[in-house]
Amino acid sequence: MNTPRDWNTRATNRRERLARVARELGPALAGKQVDSAKVVALLDAVLEPGDRVALEGNNQKQADFLARALTKVDTARVRDLHMVQSVLSLPEHLDVFELGIASRLDFSFSGPQAARLARLVEGGHLRIGAIHTYLELFGRYFVDLTPKVALVAAQAADRHGNLYTGPNTEDTPAIVEATAFSSGLVIAQVNEVVDTLPRVDIPADWVDFVVPAPTPHLIEPLFTRDPAQISEIQVLMAMMAIKGIYAEYGVQRLNHGIGFDTAAIELLLPTYGESLGLKGRICSHWALNPHPALIPAIEAGWVQSIHSFGSELGMERYIQARSDLFFTGADGSLRSNRAFSQAAGHYACDLFIGSTLQMDLAGNSSTATIGRIAGFGGAPNMGADARGRRHASDAWLRAGREARRGLGGARGTPRGQKLVVQMVETFREHMQPAFVERLDAWQLAEQAGMALPPIMIYGEDVTHVLTEEGIANLLLCRTDEEREQAIRGVAGYTPLGLARDRRAVENLRDRGVIRRPEDLGIDVRDATRNLLAARSMRDLVRASGGLYEPPSRFRNW
Amino acid sequence: MSTAGIETLQYEFPGRHPASAFAPVLVGVVSSGNLEVLVEPAPGSDRCTFRIETSARGFGAIWEAVVRDFHARHGLSGATVSIHDMGATPAVVSLRLDQAARGVTGARP
Repeated sequence: MNTPRDWNTRATNRRERLARVARELGPALAGKQVDSAKVVALLDAVLEPGDRVALEGNNQKQADFLARALTKVDTARVRDLHMVQSVLSLPEHLDVFELGIASRLDFSFSGPQAARLARLVEGGHLRIGAIHTYLELFGRYFVDLTPKVALVAAQAADRHGNLYTGPNTEDTPAIVEATAFSSGLVIAQVNEVVDTLPRVDIPADWVDFVVPAPTPHLIEPLFTRDPAQISEIQVLMAMMAIKGIYAEYGVQRLNHGIGFDTAAIELLLPTYGESLGLKGRICSHWALNPHPALIPAIEAGWVQSIHSFGSELGMERYIQARSDLFFTGADGSLRSNRAFSQAAGHYACDLFIGSTLQMDLAGNSSTATIGRIAGFGGAPNMGADARGRRHASDAWLRAGREARRGLGGARGTPRGQKLVVQMVETFREHMQPAFVERLDAWQLAEQAGMALPPIMIYGEDVTHVLTEEGIANLLLCRTDEEREQAIRGVAGYTPLGLARDRRAVENLRDRGVIRRPEDLGIDVRDATRNLLAARSMRDLVRASGGLYEPPSRFRNW
Repeated sequence: MSTAGIETLQYEFPGRHPASAFAPVLVGVVSSGNLEVLVEPAPGSDRCTFRIETSARGFGAIWEAVVRDFHARHGLSGATVSIHDMGATPAVVSLRLDQAARGVTGARP
């Protein structure tokens, strides 16, 4: 019992692993560079049973070569891994659980693999620790989910092991920082090894091994929306958003969720927004991926700055040519950073607007559907009031005043509030009502044994519900009953909308809690696709002066 | 599509705003998620009649609410409204009806 405690076991373990790699790989290891053909041997030597492993699965960029290699390790040596990763996107991300290589999972988003993930959980192939937002997961990397080994992707490395990520830096800095400074090991797959990098995104002494991948890492153009698919109803809702919310509050700093609803807003700024004289008064600063749909507004001089979570395929040359607006390196290309952009969206933006699939009468909204465990991504941090925020802006102060008018005590203490707008057509495809008594999220929580229903945006945080029927301003509602009628009052011909108390709804309309298009001075018949600043992918390319180069799947002309 | 899947609905309301003579108005197209609305004069009638053919069966209550609200907005008199629908949402139906009403002389803005 008198043996002094060893306080440096992690560093010792790290040295042992490095020595093991050197021993087992022999000449396949040159400096930090590992022969591609020996990637599985590298993982066999580095990994130990029970390791917590951060496999870089981003929203867009994927460490696909390392993900494939991980499915081929020797299960006599490597098993029971605890995977911690932002996004489950590739089949290999789940194969490791089926193969018994990994058994535990903490993650943020699993959109493309959501159905298979639900089946694997049901079959007992893995245990989910928790489903997080991106910021939460990054936070836990530095508290109780620190990775032992990080498997990341970069565009290029030099001989020393410095990494260049190119425009899709995304999550790499957060993952590498947590791993490298806790005696963990960082392995990077790179598309190429060069003598001199265009810039250094990750310094070499944070990186242990570099493996050239036989093919460039996968990357998905997730934020490209073809304007040809934007409907007149989406144009109408975009007009209401601009005139009834953006102009009303003077929203200068904002984040847009993904989808056609928000693409319509972006494409209406230089046309409808211009006609209202709003240029310079709204939409100057953005936390946003480089949405191609924003090109016409940028070209018309609406935008002053954009910080991005990740990049968008095809936008590289356009971004380089518009470096006043985007965050770019000395090499000219975008530097994205999911952690910083999430922090910016949460604390430095006055408005978030996004679409949803289901909303209940408390204003809770969810994209969860039965049989799919899809997770959250970043929306809950974008679409939540930042309770720690202390700096003021006009939009934030006005929202706070509206929410607190007439209240006393702690609830009435003056403070601002973030504008959180849920934009949703009353019916989805196949006449599925978007407004429901009970979110599917509750049933999913019961089926999957979750502690809470996976609600994307809590009703308490939602300030405005925008449908084709109008805008419900929940900030002005003082009771649960008022809030319910305000939501029913814009729920259109859905069963919940038809069951509204007509007198109560008219009363809310008189008070400005509910505003119809005609209350905003909008004639619904003006909502035509002619208002879109670009009506096709080709229009976007033209607006960019030929700098935007859409991926082939979007080249439909 | 066979007509077996088509549901036909008919509604009629007393008009409030007699339209002066107007040429028939046609808006929209019959395609998935869309509809065609034809408004024709019905000389001598003081009513507005809606005749709906829709490929989406079982939404009679919603159709009735949609055309009732449309009629409350415009109150056309002496008009027949024919609708050929292929699963448009109520939002699109209301928009098309309002677009059609714009073309009818004497209808309120």
